[in-house]
Amino acid sequence: MRGPFLLLAAIAVVSFAGPPLGAALGIDLNAVDLTDRLAGPSPPHLLGTDELGRDVLMRLLVGGRVSLTIGIAAALAAAALGTLVGLVAGYLGGWTDRVMMRLTDGIIALPLLPLLIVLAALDLRKLDVPPVLAQSDDISLIRIVVLAVLVSWTTAARLVRGATLVTRNRDFVRAAKSLGAGIPHILWTHILPNVLAPLIVATTLSVGDVILLESVLSFLGLGIQPPLASWGTMLSNAQELITSAPLLALYPGAMIFLTVIAANLFGDALQQRIDRRAAARA
Amino acid sequence: MIRFTAIRLVEIAAVVVLMSFVIYVLIGLMPGDPIDLMRQADPRMSAADVARLKAVYGVDQPLFARYLAWAGQALSGDLGYSRLFAAPVWSALVPRLGNSLLLMGSSFVLALALALGLGTAAARRPGSRFDAAINLCCFAGVSMPTFWLALMLILVFAAGLGWLPASGIATAGMSNLGDRLVHLVLPVATLTLASTGGYTRYVRAAMKEALLQDHIRTARAKGASESRVILHHALRSAMIPVTTILALSFGGLVSGALVTETMFAYPGMGKLIFDAVMGNDYNLALAALLLATVTTMLANLAADLAYGWLDPRVTYR
Repeated sequence: MRGPFLLLAAIAVVSFAGPPLGAALGIDLNAVDLTDRLAGPSPPHLLGTDELGRDVLMRLLVGGRVSLTIGIAAALAAAALGTLVGLVAGYLGGWTDRVMMRLTDGIIALPLLPLLIVLAALDLRKLDVPPVLAQSDDISLIRIVVLAVLVSWTTAARLVRGATLVTRNRDFVRAAKSLGAGIPHILWTHILPNVLAPLIVATTLSVGDVILLESVLSFLGLGIQPPLASWGTMLSNAQELITSAPLLALYPGAMIFLTVIAANLFGDALQQRIDRRAAARA
Repeated sequence: MIRFTAIRLVEIAAVVVLMSFVIYVLIGLMPGDPIDLMRQADPRMSAADVARLKAVYGVDQPLFARYLAWAGQALSGDLGYSRLFAAPVWSALVPRLGNSLLLMGSSFVLALALALGLGTAAARRPGSRFDAAINLCCFAGVSMPTFWLALMLILVFAAGLGWLPASGIATAGMSNLGDRLVHLVLPVATLTLASTGGYTRYVRAAMKEALLQDHIRTARAKGASESRVILHHALRSAMIPVTTILALSFGGLVSGALVTETMFAYPGMGKLIFDAVMGNDYNLALAALLLATVTTMLANLAADLAYGWLDPRVTYR
């Protein structure tokens, strides 16, 4: 459990602290140097330069910042949305539950990537998005987070609904109800704490999934747009130079792989710890 | 069983109708519009021509009326004309659906076979070093970006060693089976490797559970051979939960196929959808997305039916 967590933390720290540090050392991440294109690894460019002579290491770190931000933001937002749906469906039951769970099952079974490609290609001007937002540099980042939330809330919803169904008939919930507690209060103070542990595991696991999703959409040219760069867009640029500069394609992919596997192993270790604790209690 | 299948088919039809409307609306929200594209192609077109064209294509009608007109035509078998292929949508779709089913089918069978073997072997020795190694490999498989895996395979086996072709479905001018198969190797390998990790984890978990059940002990006590215990008794009950998960994973297989086909320029449904969306080919994108949805849901239904065949305790209502 320590290994994956430390790896994840290390990637996060260097991604967020690296660029300011590099700037302090005099390495400008956007400095284009066409006389020094596709250079091999050597100081001052520890991992060489890309097709425009930019420092690859710096760009990897900045890309990591974008990828990690999207992964964490979308995972948290998806967990929040899924929790809300799961709590409401599980507690109210009946028709609400049936409709919501049908929707959840339906989304899980759909071929998501083809549909996401359409969503990622939508013209925001036709959607009445305020121009200030639609033309901002960060719009591609916000769009990816929204898309990732749209497809990843279902896991949390199913989990929370299941736990709510189990918990809502426990004695302490009935006691709270008979004391006149309102539904929001019961959900928040009595039911939510009981689903928190599996929810944290699911959220950790979905950070990896979101990063993978972001990377593939960016790779296809539908994700992060310049001036922002993520590991996926770096791979997209590197693909055209695959025979002349294969290392450019190796680094960003390896970063995605390491980050996602660290998140997955960490989530798995958390899950095992919860399972052991549950087994000890039983 | 017949009743269950009938109800499910009605449900699938309802979802397809709903999805067709959603996709129709979404496609209309993509950049560009067909009349604008025509106007760009012909600078001599006047405003009156544009208005007449809009009336001919029904673009001046409200959204729902346009959808109904499209749906009516689609039901009569006319999916419209593909701008990208300069051919009716049907004639662009059918061969590509075949190519995709070949790619996905062979990858699915290979990945499932690998997963059954590896997952069972790992579950027989839980906690062993072998089990831990398999587990780590599974996580590696799940965490690997499919397009990067494809890129690395191209780099090593096509660009580096030159053993295999990096793209396409056949060498131009050649049409023998061997050439087709050689072109399938890298795409199938990519999609198989991308799916095996997840499947193996499910098989391992289900097998571990199954091997602890009483009827396994009974079978061993009766003196059944180890291979009979595993294959006949444990695998059969482990397949039940595995089938449920597999049913839900077909959508993921379609997504994986999209990436794989795009990477290897393999002319299948996934690449078709991508090209149609990027090329503003509305009719084609709409039909291809719907076809992908229908195919996925029929695969889900097949898995549900297999579930009942595997588990005699299940009755369909």
